[in-house]
Amino acid sequence: MTVQKLAQRNYYGKALAELSRSRGDVVVMDADLASSTKTSEFEKVCPERFVEVGIAEQNMIGVASGLAASGKTVFASTFAVFASGRCWEQIRLSVAYPRLNVKIVSTHCGISVGEDGASHQALEDISLMRSIPNMVVISPSDAYEAFAATKAIAEYDGPVYMRLGRSEFPTVMPMDTEFRIGRATVMREGGDVTLIGTGQLVMSCLEAADALASEGISAEVINMSTIKPLDRETLLESLGRTGCAVTAEEHSVIGGLGSAVSELLCEEMPSPVVKIGTKDTFGESGNPEKLFVKYGLAVPDVIDAAKRSMALKRKG
Amino acid sequence: MGYSSEDLSRIANRLRVHVIEMTSAAGSGHPGGSLSSADLLAVLYFRVMRHDPKSPDWADRDRFILSKGHVAPLLYAALAESGYLPVEELMTLRKMGSRLQGHPVRGKAPGVEMSTGSLGQGLSMSCGIALAGKMDCKDYRVFCLLGDGEMQSGQNWEAAMFASHYRLDNLTAIVDRNRLQITGDTERCMSLGALDEKFRSFGWDVETVNGHDIDALTSALEKRSDGPRAIIMNTIKGKCVSFMENNAGFHGKACNCEETARALKELKEGL
Ligand SMILES: Cc1ncc(C[n+]2csc(CCOP(=O)(O)OP(=O)(O)O)c2C)c(N)n1
Ligand SMILES: [Mg+2]
Repeated sequence: MTVQKLAQRNYYGKALAELSRSRGDVVVMDADLASSTKTSEFEKVCPERFVEVGIAEQNMIGVASGLAASGKTVFASTFAVFASGRCWEQIRLSVAYPRLNVKIVSTHCGISVGEDGASHQALEDISLMRSIPNMVVISPSDAYEAFAATKAIAEYDGPVYMRLGRSEFPTVMPMDTEFRIGRATVMREGGDVTLIGTGQLVMSCLEAADALASEGISAEVINMSTIKPLDRETLLESLGRTGCAVTAEEHSVIGGLGSAVSELLCEEMPSPVVKIGTKDTFGESGNPEKLFVKYGLAVPDVIDAAKRSMALKRKG
Repeated sequence: MGYSSEDLSRIANRLRVHVIEMTSAAGSGHPGGSLSSADLLAVLYFRVMRHDPKSPDWADRDRFILSKGHVAPLLYAALAESGYLPVEELMTLRKMGSRLQGHPVRGKAPGVEMSTGSLGQGLSMSCGIALAGKMDCKDYRVFCLLGDGEMQSGQNWEAAMFASHYRLDNLTAIVDRNRLQITGDTERCMSLGALDEKFRSFGWDVETVNGHDIDALTSALEKRSDGPRAIIMNTIKGKCVSFMENNAGFHGKACNCEETARALKELKEGL
């Protein structure tokens, strides 16, 4: 099988362009980054429903809430650091509190932003967005899923935060994948340990599972593309069989997928959870692949984590 | 003391050469807005600012805050030419482990005052540094460079109100009015209108200059007012490289091999 390397943001742009035809209520907004977030694809075909706000992200969220309160389905995009960080309180009050129909779709999440450095690497956005009531948080595993998720969140009535990457990376889902908010996908079945990935790290979990299989360890892999609401059923069913987990995300270990899974398991089915993510640190400039190694997000790190989680389970 | 205006023009050109070489070696970065502000940085670092590259933490130094942090290559070039950094280090820009991060980081490379890169925050930081100068009875000045697109960010206007309220006469904001941002023409993206009038209505003393005229920049920067000063600096984005001038395409993209050669040839002819 040939590996397709695709950028999620390009598929977000494609999905928006399709929505411009099928959905007259969709309005797309951007803050001087349309060529990067790919909302430019919507602007090309539907300039009359594209709203440029300039470098004024907080204003973008406020205006988005007003549009949504007046019947529009709004997609507002910028880089993940600005979307989630700069506008946090605007999102909380103007969008989430009144439960308005605004989709905040950010691109350039995580350390794979690379050369721009720490100021541009959002490693806290899942945490920030997940803590706001009424907010749905989505982190697709590849470009195809980003496309399907864009369509799905357009159908959902309420606030959503979706994080997408900048770079091209291999697809893991079928081209015609369906997306249901709140439903995880079991990518591979196994009985010894559950590897729970989100975003680009789903691919790393699959590669780690291959390597573990050659050592006689059977790993289950779950693509947790909705982080909130968390798919409790799938998680508890899997952990019931494996008894231990690894979480893997391009995000801080504080407050992200790892925390969400731990919160659930602590109360429902106490089991070891070893977290792959950045360890309470800022990133830095550099080549994304090298950064993944330096910051402990590479496939060997997932393999180690799986073994540690299994050891913790044995210790009981 | 003693660089002639011709010297400063030559230094500015050298900074431009560094910017092209650094961003091309890194394969990414922001050359366009670096070239438009190069004359300003030459005048600040080699004529107007009181500073000592051998003691970057000198308490009485004038401060330069790069609010438009994406033009870090230009800042690093000016720091290297001034003696804060070895010139060879410039080639480590944006590489893992380098002190020269894609956007400036306080405490990493000597001479970098604040961490920036998220637009619209540097003027507030500068207000704080200027206010501390007042509290400590120090006579240092604070210079803050902003992009024109960056002025769309509301925080700047909160800072503008603050600066005149606290009469920060030690603060000078310089806006690089190159009329371009990522999306293109600033007036089409989100019109800024009369920036000078806006600043004036916030209680600032305002001057508009040609940002590529060394003497005009000098006199605007040396002048003092009894409140904060804003200098609207009309410039050309990509200045001094024909195919980059007024070209938004080179905002956040490095030259390829062939373009690099052409750019360096044009710049070196100007040296
Ligand atoms: C808060 C924030 N929003 C968006 C960006 C992305 N960005 C980087 S540079 C830039 C355009 C800046 O234009 P301008 O201020 O005119 O700078 P210049 O033309 O001098 O390069 C944008 C939108 C950012 N760095 N920070
Ligand atoms: Mg500009």
